[in-house]
Amino acid sequence: MSKHAKIEKNIGLMGVLIALVVSMGGLVEIVPLMFQTSVIEAHPNLKPYTALEFAGRDIYIAEGCYNCHSQQIRPFVDETLRYGHYSQANEFVYDHPFQWGSKRTGPDLHRVGGKYTNEWHEYHLMDPRSVVPESNMPGYPWFAEKLVDAEQTAAGMKVHAKWFGVPYTQEQLDSAQADVDGKTQLEAVIAYLQVLGTAIPRSYK
Amino acid sequence: MKTNFNDELVKKFATATILWGIVGMLVGVFIAAEMAWPLLNADIPWLTFSRLRPLHTNAVIFAFGGNALIGTSLYVVYRTCKADLFMPKLASFVFWGYQLVIVGAVFTLPFGYTQSREYAELIWPIDIFLTVVWVSYAVVFFGTITKRKEKHIFVANWFYAAFIITIALLHIVNNLQIPVNWHLSYSIYPGAVDAIVQWWYGHNAVGFFLTAGFLGMMYYFIPMQAGRPVYSYRLSIVHFWALISSYMWAGPHHLHYTSLPDWTQSLGMVFSLILLAPSWGGMINGIMTLSGAWHKLRDDPIIKFLIVSLSFYGMSTFEGPMMAIKTVNALSHYTDWTIGHVHSGALGWVALITIGSLYVLIPKLWRKEAMYSTKLINTHFWIATLGIVLYIASMWIAGVMQGLMWRDINADGTVVYSFAETVKATYPYYIARFIGGTLFLTGMCIMLYNFMMTVKSKGDAKDISGVVA
Repeated sequence: MSKHAKIEKNIGLMGVLIALVVSMGGLVEIVPLMFQTSVIEAHPNLKPYTALEFAGRDIYIAEGCYNCHSQQIRPFVDETLRYGHYSQANEFVYDHPFQWGSKRTGPDLHRVGGKYTNEWHEYHLMDPRSVVPESNMPGYPWFAEKLVDAEQTAAGMKVHAKWFGVPYTQEQLDSAQADVDGKTQLEAVIAYLQVLGTAIPRSYK
Repeated sequence: MKTNFNDELVKKFATATILWGIVGMLVGVFIAAEMAWPLLNADIPWLTFSRLRPLHTNAVIFAFGGNALIGTSLYVVYRTCKADLFMPKLASFVFWGYQLVIVGAVFTLPFGYTQSREYAELIWPIDIFLTVVWVSYAVVFFGTITKRKEKHIFVANWFYAAFIITIALLHIVNNLQIPVNWHLSYSIYPGAVDAIVQWWYGHNAVGFFLTAGFLGMMYYFIPMQAGRPVYSYRLSIVHFWALISSYMWAGPHHLHYTSLPDWTQSLGMVFSLILLAPSWGGMINGIMTLSGAWHKLRDDPIIKFLIVSLSFYGMSTFEGPMMAIKTVNALSHYTDWTIGHVHSGALGWVALITIGSLYVLIPKLWRKEAMYSTKLINTHFWIATLGIVLYIASMWIAGVMQGLMWRDINADGTVVYSFAETVKATYPYYIARFIGGTLFLTGMCIMLYNFMMTVKSKGDAKDISGVVA
């Protein structure tokens, strides 16, 4: 303990030692993942979000859906029965940021794509209790009136292509703004929900 | 009476702590009510649960907790170093800048301007400004330490130092992002990497904001109020280094059984279990400081706040490692059990240690003999404790129930309950939780009243010395 007195009298030394010990965990646990193939290489069936899906994802993020919905099916019998095939890291490589969530006040959404009709989603987003009486989800009626920010969608896709290497074609980037122009937020959110988790079939057989 | 810049600044932080505490908890109570009565948002976007929940978490952690931590750290550092705060103008900027960040959160999060990364929701311009404020805070804090007249750096300051350095590291690394326009940006990390970076940040916001920082508070205010030295100096040294080095490895337990590679999950679980030892080291050191003066626990309601906060700390740092065991986590994750766990730490530990410390600090800062009413402190203590117990018990029961209902399988291999049935079964517990939260908020309002009456009261204390180290 007498050696520790040296640290207690020298704030520079103490600061450096603190910075050193707190850096170790992240260096060991995070940096290797950036090079692990199963984490960074896309699933062969994974396609980048179309402009409308991309706009829907932006709305999902802005509304904070992650507060109540996870996008991560764990490899348990009940979860694969209820939600479908368990989630794999290679399905999320185009997701900036990730939206796995940490709480299920509502059900998991990772493989909700294709599970319900567009019409069901419309009713559900406008007034959740019209189709699920027990639900405590708030309604999002403004989705039907508000339009997608087309300029932002196109700019956002360009950022993904340029900085994150998401394989968009030049054609997709060029037409992005026109593709979503005049679309409602409702159309966009539903398009996003309908593509979620579709790289791998939901059925668990 | 001559005013002292250092105390005047800490007064501002103390006031802000109480006011933001009430705002943050009020939002919490409102969103708790929305979970029980979903029509409460009246289809108004900015009153909707998903928009307001981040405002609640940011307000209670960063506005209530942050003002408490920065304020007490500046008080402790200038008292124990027997030196005026370094660069007073910069110190004032830290106060006003930090409040501006909070106001920025209030005017962005409910309106859909968010990163939607848990506890790091603030948009990029606010993130950059917060970095400037935080670095200024570090300059003031460490500058004051270099001016100290004592050779030794007091133990509370080690914890505050680790908190300041680590939060800077976490905030910057986690918020590396590419802006699209003034409010929207995308994290540079893809999918699973973003998940681990975010939970490395998220878990250590708990570890360093809500634990190390508040341990600094504990190491000053418990010995001061108890009138006894810290129980074991050796234990302080050992648990300090053990705590800050192991905490940073525990983040992956937030991602058990997800697509995060197994080796990372297992490593995170092991370090989460190890973490029990240094956590309890802090609890033991704090509680045992009272040895030989146990009667104060009966007579002094402020001591009750401080010691019960450590009991909750011990309880939630036992529960945490247990929930980090993968088989337990398989049941608890995604359920309201997590919410119960968080609040046993946030209300039981963080809020109670802050409230106790403020009751010690307020009379000293405003030069009064004591708080206006000791009886009201006692009332606050019991109403807060009752609120916490009701809150966490209802969420525990709800969480275990949800976990069991979700995994229940029929003999023919189908799930027994639809998801909607588990939601329906949870409503009574959401109502109980709402009542628990309301009780806790009521306690905070009693504190605000006691605080205002203390400040207004006549009868200044003659002796305001109160340096513990």
